[in-house]
Amino acid sequence: MSKNENKGPKKKSKKYILISIASVFLFLFIWWLYTDVFKAVPANALPSPIKVISTFFIKFVETKPEGATMLQHIFSSLQTTLTGYAIGVAVGVPLGICMGWFDKFDMFVRPIFDLLRPIPGIAWIPVMIVFFGIGLMSKAMVIFMTALIACVVNSYSGTKQTLNVHLWVGRTFGASNLEMLFRIAIPSAMPLILTGLRVALAASWSALVAAELLASNRGLGFMIQQCRVIGRPDVIIAGMITIGGVGALLTYLLKLLEKLLLKGRKNI
Amino acid sequence: MNKDVVIKCDSVSKIFYSSDKGFDVVKNIDLTVFKNEFLVLFGPGQCGKTTLLNIIAGLDMPTSGKVYVNNKEVIGPGPERGVVYQSISLFPWLTTMGNVEFGIKAAGVGKKERRKRAQYYIDLVGLQGFENTYPIKLSGGMKQRVGIARAYCIEPVVMLMDEPFGALDAQTRYLMQKELEIIWGREKRTVVFVTNNIEEALFLADRIVVLNNCPTSIRQEYVIDMPRPREYTGEKFLYLRKEITGNMDKTL
Repeated sequence: MSKNENKGPKKKSKKYILISIASVFLFLFIWWLYTDVFKAVPANALPSPIKVISTFFIKFVETKPEGATMLQHIFSSLQTTLTGYAIGVAVGVPLGICMGWFDKFDMFVRPIFDLLRPIPGIAWIPVMIVFFGIGLMSKAMVIFMTALIACVVNSYSGTKQTLNVHLWVGRTFGASNLEMLFRIAIPSAMPLILTGLRVALAASWSALVAAELLASNRGLGFMIQQCRVIGRPDVIIAGMITIGGVGALLTYLLKLLEKLLLKGRKNI
Repeated sequence: MNKDVVIKCDSVSKIFYSSDKGFDVVKNIDLTVFKNEFLVLFGPGQCGKTTLLNIIAGLDMPTSGKVYVNNKEVIGPGPERGVVYQSISLFPWLTTMGNVEFGIKAAGVGKKERRKRAQYYIDLVGLQGFENTYPIKLSGGMKQRVGIARAYCIEPVVMLMDEPFGALDAQTRYLMQKELEIIWGREKRTVVFVTNNIEEALFLADRIVVLNNCPTSIRQEYVIDMPRPREYTGEKFLYLRKEITGNMDKTL
């Protein structure tokens, strides 16, 4: 989203990359000093970065201590997230657009939506466990609720922000109400719809980990929870790094989609 | 000049109501526009001119009075009236081509014919080579060319222009005035052009209708019969400029 992207050719972005890399290395270096060099904390509370990194790679082939490799956990977590997320997007985006476009529909749906909106996604965990047990379905439904809210709110605002003058143009050209919706309002809303997709995905991913901490037998949240019980902080931190990395990767993929879909718009 | 009446406003008034009282925005406008005439609505301030234009366009209904275009009462927007707006009316998600052909696409014209017609008007406004450019990459003047081509492309009888050059810098504005005169000379239409710029009005108009500010009503009419293209510094130009400016509504 940075504005400098337009101005600065490659040189500038290269400089930024160096700054960013420097911050990561500085962080690792201080961590390393703190643990391996000065031994300021016991290794069973905060392991050294070298230990964490080696554990991270070992976990890709090793199922110990909690019973599955890293890839299996990632796959399980992604499967749950993307299931719930996909349903949330499929329901939430059209719902938000319709609420933004059809006033009466908005009046009809809004009371229920306003009640549901302040409930955080993870507050649905208990009721979903009661309904669906601790399998994929209960967590997918928690994520569905989380993604739904972000998708509806952003699609709604995007549709509402359609410029009057654009609607005038449509009307002078004799476009029907549905044509105006599909050819003016939805393209107008597209930047915010995509923002909604991104916010929803990030929220889904955090909700998933919370759900897995409470109820699951596989997944990244499950892994770090189990390793807390058996005292393996290295696996916990490796797991956290993986959660962060996968989350960032998902956001990045959506950014690519955004670039593709928002040709000709500002601030991409 | 051919005296076929194209637009007729019959004591058109518009009142906007806020919670307790109404504001006269447009008051008792009687206006006749003839075929292929370039009529300029000239007036100060922000009040009423756009509303009047939107009423002719059919986007807004008058509180009282009637508007006829080609002897048919205006009850809504229609493809015989093309509108060019001030600045931000292009669809940012469409290329030049996409914007220009938007109207005839809504009218259901087939792709091949659509492209051909859109290309003709893109060429007319001098934008060949920019067919696949998105509006963000176009300058202000180019954007307004796209806006003009888009309005022309549905081949309307009447072109309504709402301060189309209002957001442009002075140099580009002069250039666009000349361009518009050339375009209009090649593709004659009945034009109603709103502006608050006296030079622009004198350069383009066959007839200038000077409006009062708030509520908008007609103050005086001037028939401008100077030959085209006009010189901004011609003797008669400067004389009329002084005369009309002196007769403007100074209350703002």
